[in-house]
Amino acid sequence: MSNFIVAAIVVLGAVGLIFAVVLYFVAQKFKVIEDPKIDEIAEVLPGANCGGCGKAGCRALAEAFVKQGDMEGLRCPAGGDAVAEKVAAILGIEASKAEPQVAVIRCAAGCANNPPKSSFQGMKSCAFANSVYVGTNGCAYGCLGLGDCYNVCQFGAITLDPTTGYPTIDEEKCVGCGACAKACPRMVIELRNKGPKNRRMYVSCLNKEKGAAARKTCTNACIGCGKCAKVCPFEAITVENNVAYIDYTKCKLCRKCEAECPTGAIVSVNFPPRKPAAEAPAKPAEQPAPAAAPKLDESTVINNENTTNNA
Amino acid sequence: MRTFRLGGVHPEENKISTNAKIEVFPLPKQAVVFLNQHLGAPATPVVAKGDAVKTGQLIAKAEAFVCANIHSPVTGTVNKIDTMKDIFGYNKTAIVIDVAETEEWVETVDTTPDIKREITLSQKEIIDKMKEMGIVGLGGATFPTHIKYMIPEGKKAEYLLINAAECEPYLTSDHRVILDHTEEVLIGISVLRKALGVPKAYIGIENNKPEPIARLQEMAKQFEGIEVVPLKVKYPQGAEKQLIYSITRRCVPSGKLPIDVGCVVNNIGTAFSVYEAVQKNKPLIETIMTVTGKSLGQQHNYVVRIGTPFSDLANAIGGLPEDTCKIISGGTMMGKAIVNIDGPIVKGTSSMLLISEKEAYRFEEQDCIRCGKCVKACPMGLEPYLFSSLINNGKFQEAADNHLMDCMECGCCLFSCPAHKPLTDEIRLAKTKLRQMQQKK
Repeated sequence: MSNFIVAAIVVLGAVGLIFAVVLYFVAQKFKVIEDPKIDEIAEVLPGANCGGCGKAGCRALAEAFVKQGDMEGLRCPAGGDAVAEKVAAILGIEASKAEPQVAVIRCAAGCANNPPKSSFQGMKSCAFANSVYVGTNGCAYGCLGLGDCYNVCQFGAITLDPTTGYPTIDEEKCVGCGACAKACPRMVIELRNKGPKNRRMYVSCLNKEKGAAARKTCTNACIGCGKCAKVCPFEAITVENNVAYIDYTKCKLCRKCEAECPTGAIVSVNFPPRKPAAEAPAKPAEQPAPAAAPKLDESTVINNENTTNNA
Repeated sequence: MRTFRLGGVHPEENKISTNAKIEVFPLPKQAVVFLNQHLGAPATPVVAKGDAVKTGQLIAKAEAFVCANIHSPVTGTVNKIDTMKDIFGYNKTAIVIDVAETEEWVETVDTTPDIKREITLSQKEIIDKMKEMGIVGLGGATFPTHIKYMIPEGKKAEYLLINAAECEPYLTSDHRVILDHTEEVLIGISVLRKALGVPKAYIGIENNKPEPIARLQEMAKQFEGIEVVPLKVKYPQGAEKQLIYSITRRCVPSGKLPIDVGCVVNNIGTAFSVYEAVQKNKPLIETIMTVTGKSLGQQHNYVVRIGTPFSDLANAIGGLPEDTCKIISGGTMMGKAIVNIDGPIVKGTSSMLLISEKEAYRFEEQDCIRCGKCVKACPMGLEPYLFSSLINNGKFQEAADNHLMDCMECGCCLFSCPAHKPLTDEIRLAKTKLRQMQQKK
C-alpha cells in the first residue's frame, strides 16, 4: 500500500521537475521585456479609463507616454497638471502645461422658457431619440434630456434634473475628459477653458433656425441678430447659421455681449454680482424671460407720462 | 396556404376602416412639398418664388441617380422655398405653394374618369414615364420605382410580385384600392409586367381580405398572366423578403437584393399610381390614406394631395378624439408617432392612426430572461436578445458581424418580448451608429 503512495509521489515529482525545467527555458526564450516606467506611470494616472485622452484606457496612455518619450500631444485631461508633472518626473522631462477645461451645456432646454410639447416613451437614449424625432420641446438642436452624457460620465460630475432630464455639470468634479461631449448626439456639450478664477462666458443655444422661428421654439434661443458680434471689442464672437459662438481663446470676459443679448442666450458663470451702477442696464438682458422686459418698459413709460400729466 | 418560414407574430388586426369608401379630400390652403420625399438625394427645384404653377407641373427635378421628380400637387403660386418642419419636427427644404381658388391641370394629364385599357407604350417608354412622373414605392420605403426596373447586367427578372398583403394592423388603403379601383390596379400590374418583360405576375394577398381576393380573382381572368396568391395571415407577410419566400420559395441571401433571385416586388398602391402615370399621364401627387382610430365615430379612407397638413385631416374628422395619446403615421408595428401635426403629407404617407392612451401604454422595461421569444419571432432569423446586450455594451461592430444590418425593423421582437425591452429601438440606434461609422471611414 505504502509502495503505491511512494511510487506516486516519486513519479509525479519527477514529472513536475521535468516540466519546471522545460517551462523555465521557455520563459527565458520568450521573455517580454517591458519598460518598468509603464507600470510607474499607470500607477500615477487616475485609473478611471474614461477615454478622455483618446486612448483605450489609462494603461494604453502610459504605454504611449513611454513609447513616445515626451508628452507632445498626449495628456490626461482627467488628471490635469498635477498628473502631468508626476508623469514628467518619471519620464525625466519638463511637464507641458495646458489650460484646464470644463464641459458646458450650450442649451437652456428644460427651463421654464421651453416647456415640453410632447412626451417620449421609447428607449431612454438621446442617440436613439435623435434618430426618431425632434425632442419633447420641439427644438431640433437642443438637449434631448435622456441622459446619454450622464451615463458616460465616470466622475459623477453630471446630475440630471428628475423632471426634465436636463443635465447640470458640477465644475468641481468635472475633469474635462470630454466623454459627455462625444456621447451627445447633438453636440450640445462643449469643452471650454475653465478661465481665470473659473469665470467664463458662452452662448447657451445652438438653434440654427431663423430668428422668428427660433424664438417660437424657445424664448431663450439665440436669434442670430449679431448684436453681440458688433459690440465685442476682441472679435471673439462669430455668427454663423443664425447662431453666435464665442471663441474662448479670444474672449477677454468683458461681458459687453451679455448685456447686449436680447434673449439672454449668452451666459456668464462665476462672476461676482455687478456693481449697483452697472446693474441697471444689465438687468433686462440677464432675465431669462425677455417677453417680460418690454412690458416693464411700457408700464414704466406710461407711469412716467401719468406722472408728468399729473404734474 | 402559403406563408414565410421563420418567425412572425399575430398582432390584433383592427382593420376597422375596410368599409369606408375612398373619398376625395379637399385641397389645402397651402401645400408644403418637401424636396426629399423619397429614398435618396433631394430633388433640385426648377421653380422660383412667385412662379405660378399648375397641378401636375414639374417643380423639382431629379438630378442624382437615386432620386425622383416632384410635381406640384395644387394650382397656385410659389410662396417661398425654405426650410419647413416635417411631421417629426425636423427642418427640411420645401416648396411652399399658396393654393389658388380654381384648379387648373397641366394639359397633358388625362383627368377624365374613363379607364384606358390599351397599353401603347414600349418597355423603355414605360420606365421613362415612371421616372418622369416621379413614381416611388408606396409600400413605405419610397424607393424610386424606375430604378427597380433598370435590371443590372447579368441578372434576369423572372417574377413580378405585387404586394397586397397589407399585414400592418389598422391600415386599409390597399384593401380599398383593390375594391374601388380593381380594373385600374390590374392594368397597372400589366403595365409593370410589360416593363419587366416577364410572363407572369403574382399578387400576394393576406387571407383576411376575402372580398378583395374574390374581386381580384374574378377580374384577373380578363388579364393575361396575373395570378392571385392568397397568403396566410401572419405579420410581416408584406415584407419584401418574406413575400418572395411565401410566393416563390426563394430566399434572398443576406445583403442581396430581390433581383438577385430574379424577383421584383411592388406594392399594389404603386401599381395603381403606375396606371395613373403611364396610362393617364398623371404624376404622383396624391396618396391614399387611412384615417382611423378606435375612438373615432367614422372611419375614413381618403385620397389626399401631397403637401396637405395633417391638421387638415384632423379638422375634417371633427377634431381629435379626447383620449388620443399618439398620432401615428404608418401602421402600429412600423409606423412612427408624429410630433408636429402641422407637418405635411408626403409621397409615402399611408395613414393617420389615432391611438388612445390605453393602446399606447408601454410597459416598464425589465431584465432579459433569455426566454428566446424574440429569436422565435424574428422573421429574418436573427437574435435580437444578443443584439440588445451587444448594443448596450457599445459593441456595434460585433452586432454587425451577427447580421444586424439584415434587420428590417418590423418590430416582431419588441412585440413578443415579455420583459418589454425596447429591442427594435436598440437595433435602430445601432444601425444609425453603424451608418455613421461607415461614413467616417
